[in-house]
Parts: sequence; structure tokens; C-alpha cells
Amino acid sequence: MSEMTQTAAKPHIERSATASRTYTIFVIIGLAALILAPMFFYPIFLMKLLCFALFACAFNLLLGYTGLLSFGHATFFGGAAYFTAHVVKEWGFPPELGILTGVVGAALLGLVMGFFAIRRQGIYFAMITLALSQMFFFFCLQAKFTQGEDGIQSVPRGHLFGFIDLNSSTNMYYFVLGVFLIGMVIIWRFINSPFGMILRSIRENEPRAISLGYSVARYKLGAFVMSAALAGLAGGLKSLVFQFATLTDVAWQMSGEVILMTLLGGIGTLIGPIFGAGLVVTLQNYLATSQFPVTIVTGVIFMICVLVFRRGIIGEFYASRLGRKLGFEHRR
Amino acid sequence: MAVSATAKQEQPRVVLSARGLSKSFGAFMAVKNVDLDVHHARVHALIGPNGAGKTTVFNLLTKFLQPTAGSITLLGTDITKTPPDRIARMGLVRSFQISAVFPHLTVLDNVRVALQRTNGLSTQFWLPVSSLDRLNARADELIESVGLKRERNALAADLSYGRKRVLEIATTLALDPKVLLLDEPMAGMGQEDIGTVSNIIREVAKTRAVLMVEHNLSVVADICHHVTVLQRGEILAEGDYAEVSQDPRVRTAYMGTEEA
Repeated sequence: MSEMTQTAAKPHIERSATASRTYTIFVIIGLAALILAPMFFYPIFLMKLLCFALFACAFNLLLGYTGLLSFGHATFFGGAAYFTAHVVKEWGFPPELGILTGVVGAALLGLVMGFFAIRRQGIYFAMITLALSQMFFFFCLQAKFTQGEDGIQSVPRGHLFGFIDLNSSTNMYYFVLGVFLIGMVIIWRFINSPFGMILRSIRENEPRAISLGYSVARYKLGAFVMSAALAGLAGGLKSLVFQFATLTDVAWQMSGEVILMTLLGGIGTLIGPIFGAGLVVTLQNYLATSQFPVTIVTGVIFMICVLVFRRGIIGEFYASRLGRKLGFEHRR
Repeated sequence: MAVSATAKQEQPRVVLSARGLSKSFGAFMAVKNVDLDVHHARVHALIGPNGAGKTTVFNLLTKFLQPTAGSITLLGTDITKTPPDRIARMGLVRSFQISAVFPHLTVLDNVRVALQRTNGLSTQFWLPVSSLDRLNARADELIESVGLKRERNALAADLSYGRKRVLEIATTLALDPKVLLLDEPMAGMGQEDIGTVSNIIREVAKTRAVLMVEHNLSVVADICHHVTVLQRGEILAEGDYAEVSQDPRVRTAYMGTEEA
């Protein structure tokens, strides 16, 4: 009997070694593309794309790697945008400190929302996050510092570390790219850490993780706060790119959009959400000038995704014959 | 060997006890007034026909369910209101009826997840996964002691059912528990694996308490020191296997059809 087991059980390590080699090559190609991109595309568009890509990756940290579907991530994205915009414009913070303020603010909001939501699962978890984010939306509508319907306008980009002028869009682009890469490295490290290992085990078999003595709620809360902080990083960055923070960023549609991006790109894949965000942002940009309503197009795409390629763009690629040949595998 | 083959049989003493344990689901009393003493260095079997409440008792003892009435004491501490993860950290670790492995982790990682907690390596989100490599020596010891050495780098999902259960035991032992609760550890196993697991349990029980639910009565006769028979949520009989199997009530309720 154990002879049979032996042949059935494939060594797992060799496969991952091939995967990490192909991964390295892909990452180098991707990096080169991002560095050269401003020569071919409009920088503001690229920066918007990177901000949303980071946002989606932060969201995916929670959905894909912890198995929690939050319906309130706009709170962290938009909240951080407000915090950053406020401290930069009103208190004269330099951009790097402004973004840090946004991140800390989002993490604190995440701690509060996570504390209430983490005790419930599935649809109840999603509903609690939605309810709390709606409360935050109304807070932003009423609070003085957000300037209500107008939002915080003409936020100065300032000088990075006091000497790099971010008003030049080339400088700003590479700053955004740098922050984006830092964010991605943090996410990558987070999911490939001892902590990430426990998160995986919780997602795989929660009762077993409890029976091994892990207080599951704390680990989930940790992931929630980390996801919120990174969403805040994206939000703070976005408010500097566009030089404003408005109610759009905290509205529930934003929470929905990030879910769409993550689903399209591939839940539980590190780079999938980047592609998902790229697709959605490109469509929005492309269709913004046409008569055709964007929401219908994204809605149709969403349906096609759910019906035909449920694993998302990157997920389907990993699961395809070519992807498997390259050593990838898709779990879920 | 991790489960040290030379471990001496230690003296029995009560480590886990329940008094007047009851659980009702609405009007249905799944467990009625159960008193149970689990001893250190003893294998204690919980047997009974299907629906007798064995798994419910397990869930109550490990606090996956909250008892309606009664109290539970673990190593002198009242744990009637303690959450399940804390109980696991106090040294009472359970297995599940359906095999409880982490299917998409390798055998090695499965064991390491357990070792991560006892080695304080579970919250570091800034360290690389390779920082867990220092758990490998102990993990390999455990893997070898249950005979899974060749499957070390296979995904748990690819193992046969019996091997999964063995892996589960290795993972549980990684926590070095004081009390082990095994829910049907032999269910669905081939004869060869049953022999292996029986040996492991016997060895493990020299230095800790084991409470197990088991349907395979020859296993019970073979390795268990003490047997408690449950029927419809109540204790029907108690004693060593010879006593219990002679009890006429037990024979009619449960063993009449099965000759062990």
C-alpha cells in the first residue's frame, strides 16, 4: 500500500524551483516594462494604474491569502487619501510623511473595522465591513476637514526628501513606481513569512489551526490591518498623483471596483490584481470619452469572468498547459 | 526517534476530568451527565454505537462546543469557559474524525506549522520562510518516527487516507501535548497502517494521556487500558476491556454483533 502512495505523491519541491526561476524572469521583464513605460504612455495614466494595482494587491492579500471578502476597502483607500491630502495641504507635511500619515490612519481604521468584522465569517463579514465603510462615508461627508462635496483640492505634491521636485511628472512617476514596488515587496514578504504560513494553514483548515493552539482571530486581524495599511499606501499615493481627495474614493463603488479588479486578475495570485487593475483602469480611460457607459462594459466583463474564466487572467494562465509547463500552479 | 522508543511507562494520575457534562441541542440531549477521568500514561477508549455522543463529548472537552452543564478540569485548572485555542496551548490537543491536515502544504510544512507555535515563530511577518528551516531537524524526527520519511516533500493532499492520519498524529505530537484526544484515528485505514498507528499510540501514551474514540474493537482490546461505553449520551459501562466486554448491557447495546 505504501508503495502505491509513493508513486502517487509527487515531489513538490522541484516544481516550485522551476516556478521561482520563471518567476524571476517574468519579474525582470515586468520591471523593465514599468521603467520604460513613461516613454510610451501618458504618465498620469500609468500612475493611476499603479495606484489601483497596489490597492488591488492589498485587497487580494485579504481575499486571496486570508480568505476574507471585505466590502469596505474604500474606507482605507479613500480615508488615507483624505489624511494625506489634509496633512500635506494644511499642515505642510512633505510627501513622504504625508503618505506615511495616510498609511497609519488606514491601519488604525483597519484595526477598528477588523476588530468588529473578524468575528463573523462569509456574508456576515462582508456586510459588517460594508456597514462600517458606509458609516465612514457619512463621516467624510459631514466632517469639516474633508470639505464635504468639494473634497480637498489642489494638494501640493511638494519635494520628496526636500529636494526631488515631484511636480515634474517624470519624477512623480518614478516616485510612484518606487512606492508601488515597496508595497509589492512587503506583500510578497508578508505572504512568504512565518506569519503567512499560519495564514495559509488557517485558510486551508481553520478548525485544525485552532486545535493546534492558534488564536485564529488575531492572525486574521493582523492580515486585515496589513491589507488596510497597504490600501492606505495606495490611497495616499493617489491623492498626491491627482492632487485631490474626494468622496469618490471612500464610496462603496470603490470597494466594488477593487473586488472586480482582483477577480479579473486572479484571486490568490501575487501579480494577478495588477493585471486586473490594468484592465479596469484602461477600460475606464478608454471609454471615458466615448458615449458608451463604462459600468455596462465592466459589468459584462465581470459576468464573462465569472462564467468563463473564474480563476482570473493570471490564474487561468497558471492553470493552463503553458503555465504548468513553466512550473506554475494554481491553488484554490 | 522522536517518540522515544525507550520512554518508560510513567505512573497514571488524573489529568483531565469532566463532571456532570451535558449538552443539549434544543430539546435533544446529546450528552447527559457524563463523568470522565482521563489518566496520564493511559490509553482511554470511548466507544459506543453511532450517535452515542462520542464526538460531542470530544467537542465539549476541547471546547469546540460549550457544555450546557457540568465542569471540565485540565491539569488542575477549570477550563469550562476557556476558548479552544487556549486549551490547545495548555496541552490538550485533539484530532478530528475527518482527517485534519493542511492539504496544499507539504508533509514537512504540515508538521512545521505546529512547531511554529511552540517555537514562537508564528507572528513574524517580516522574516523569510527560510527562517523556518531551523525547525526542520525536529520536524524530520517526527516525520521519521511515524514512517513518513519518503513522503516528506509531497503535498498532504496526495497522500493516501491512512498516511494522512499518520501525518496528523505527527503534527499533533509536534506540540508535545500532555493530553491527546484522537477521534477515530484508525477509521478507513488499511491493516498495515493500523499496526503502525497502534504502535505509535502505545508509545506516545507512556508519557502522556490518550483518549480515543474507536470503532475497531480489536484495536481497543489491544492498546486501551480503560474503556468507557457511551449510549444515547450516557455512560453505560466503564472498566478495562475484559470487564466491559462481559457486561451484558454492553453486549446487547453494542457488542452483541461483533466478536472481538
